[in-house]
Amino acid sequence: MIRSENLVKSYGEKVVLNNVSLNLPKGKMIAFIGANGAGKSTLISLMSRIVPKTEGCVYVDNKELQQWNNNELSKRISILKQSNHLNIRLTVRELISFGRFPYSKGRLTKKDNEIIDKALSFLSLDNIQHRNIDELSGGQRQMAYIAMIIAQDTEYVFLDEPLNNLDMRHSVQIMKGLRKLVDEMNKTIMVVIHDINFIAYYSDYIIAMKDGKVVSQGYTDEIITKEVLKEIYGMDIDVQSVNGKPICLYYN
Amino acid sequence: MPRYAMEVIKKHKKTIAIAAFFTFVLLLTGSLFLFQGLTTKNAYFFFPRRLSKIAAVLLVGYCVSYSSVTFQTITNNRLLTPSIMGFDALYLFIQTVIVMFSGQKKIAMMSGYTNFFVSVFVMIICSFGLFLILFRGREKNIYFLLLTGTVIGSLFGGLSSFMQVLLDPHEFSILQNKMFASFNNVNQNLLQVSAILVAVTMLLTVRDNPYLDVVSLGQEHAVNLGVNYRRVVLKNLMVTAVLVSISTALVGPITFLGILVVSITRKVTTTYKHTARIAMAFLTSSTLLVSAMYLTERVFKYSAPISVLINFAGGIYFIYLILKERKA
Repeated sequence: MIRSENLVKSYGEKVVLNNVSLNLPKGKMIAFIGANGAGKSTLISLMSRIVPKTEGCVYVDNKELQQWNNNELSKRISILKQSNHLNIRLTVRELISFGRFPYSKGRLTKKDNEIIDKALSFLSLDNIQHRNIDELSGGQRQMAYIAMIIAQDTEYVFLDEPLNNLDMRHSVQIMKGLRKLVDEMNKTIMVVIHDINFIAYYSDYIIAMKDGKVVSQGYTDEIITKEVLKEIYGMDIDVQSVNGKPICLYYN
Repeated sequence: MPRYAMEVIKKHKKTIAIAAFFTFVLLLTGSLFLFQGLTTKNAYFFFPRRLSKIAAVLLVGYCVSYSSVTFQTITNNRLLTPSIMGFDALYLFIQTVIVMFSGQKKIAMMSGYTNFFVSVFVMIICSFGLFLILFRGREKNIYFLLLTGTVIGSLFGGLSSFMQVLLDPHEFSILQNKMFASFNNVNQNLLQVSAILVAVTMLLTVRDNPYLDVVSLGQEHAVNLGVNYRRVVLKNLMVTAVLVSISTALVGPITFLGILVVSITRKVTTTYKHTARIAMAFLTSSTLLVSAMYLTERVFKYSAPISVLINFAGGIYFIYLILKERKA
């Protein structure tokens, strides 16, 4: 389980994350929502030790981040951030094989190759596995990075805007894939996604943030309501039920 | 796993072919350099001297290749080489100070152990100090470090040109010998010491290559994959400082070679693996240096320094690259 206590992040005088204490339920798809600058990305960066925290504690399986051996921790949690710029030429398969680094330190075993094959077919990347990353479209590239995280095979997965710049087809494919990871392999996936309807449709649990603080959290049907959304976004959002799933109409 | 081996060969056919070509050129120019004009009478005199020049070239080639290839990895930038840290400027500053203040013993001071150790020691201490002071803060990134290095480098550059103006022409001509890279006056004993120092860094870094592969994905991915990013970067900067200091103190300012070697390597190597890239860079730099040395000594009879030749070849190569990129 991942838990944070009084987590604070400040850059100089500016506090971007203010005393966040959270208990993240296990085996769920957890979505972080909130306006731009609410501190969602900062929060998941701190929880995954990509960015050093200013104050507070993060516990992964009841052990504080600093007490974890870095390599062991990378077998428990993984994170994928928004901007991924590569300075080297890699094929899709080579990129995904980096996900096995915590286990094999660059010398791939037979088992590693099997897991890489699985990750490839999980996101239907088999037919482009020998293409270079820089020749791919934005969507394919994003899928390749997600496949790398899948190959890392961690209990907890953080994804910062995984649907950024993707079309509907790729977005749905990725969300279905993530759903499958949660339902079939019992992983805990934490995502920052801006499209509220993707969240309403796919996530189990929602954490809503505003101005560096958690303003409300709960299961999807508790959060996706007119009142709560009004508080988070300051907008009147009409919530309709379509085929038993909430759909938000926020266009006017 | 013969099938797997075949696949690797097939995939990196181009790289292997070019590596073979470089090896051929290296062996050709190397043996020409070593054996041309040798007779039974003069061999005892020329051969050991030529051999030590070749050894110096290989040593410097390794220093430049390793530091340039890995420096681009840790800075995540394909245009930077360690020369941006101002090692050459610091080296020239040290030499200028030595000439200015060593009084009667000028010539003696300009060569041999004292100069070598003073130069290496001061360069290593300065860069370690810089790294440790600047890398301690939490939020500091590597570009902050590079920028500071650049500024300090130009400070030393300015100081040494000021001091050079104050030198008399005779003193200046002594200094001038040190301003260009040369393999002619490499001291045998210093060569041994340098070889030992370089071997030590090789032992220290022999297991680092897979970690550098991960660092080349960028800081966030490296941390995510469990690599202690700061430790890898700091260690690498220190090793770079040692290697660059040794090669500069041994043959003079040579970091200009880095950008050329590393671009050629990037162009001809199809793998991201550091083991292969460093090996290829080493092959490239040795080939370039041995050919350039052969040309300077035997064809141009010392009328052009080795750096002029290499920069000339490098310049042509870059113009070719620009023209090619424009067409594509």
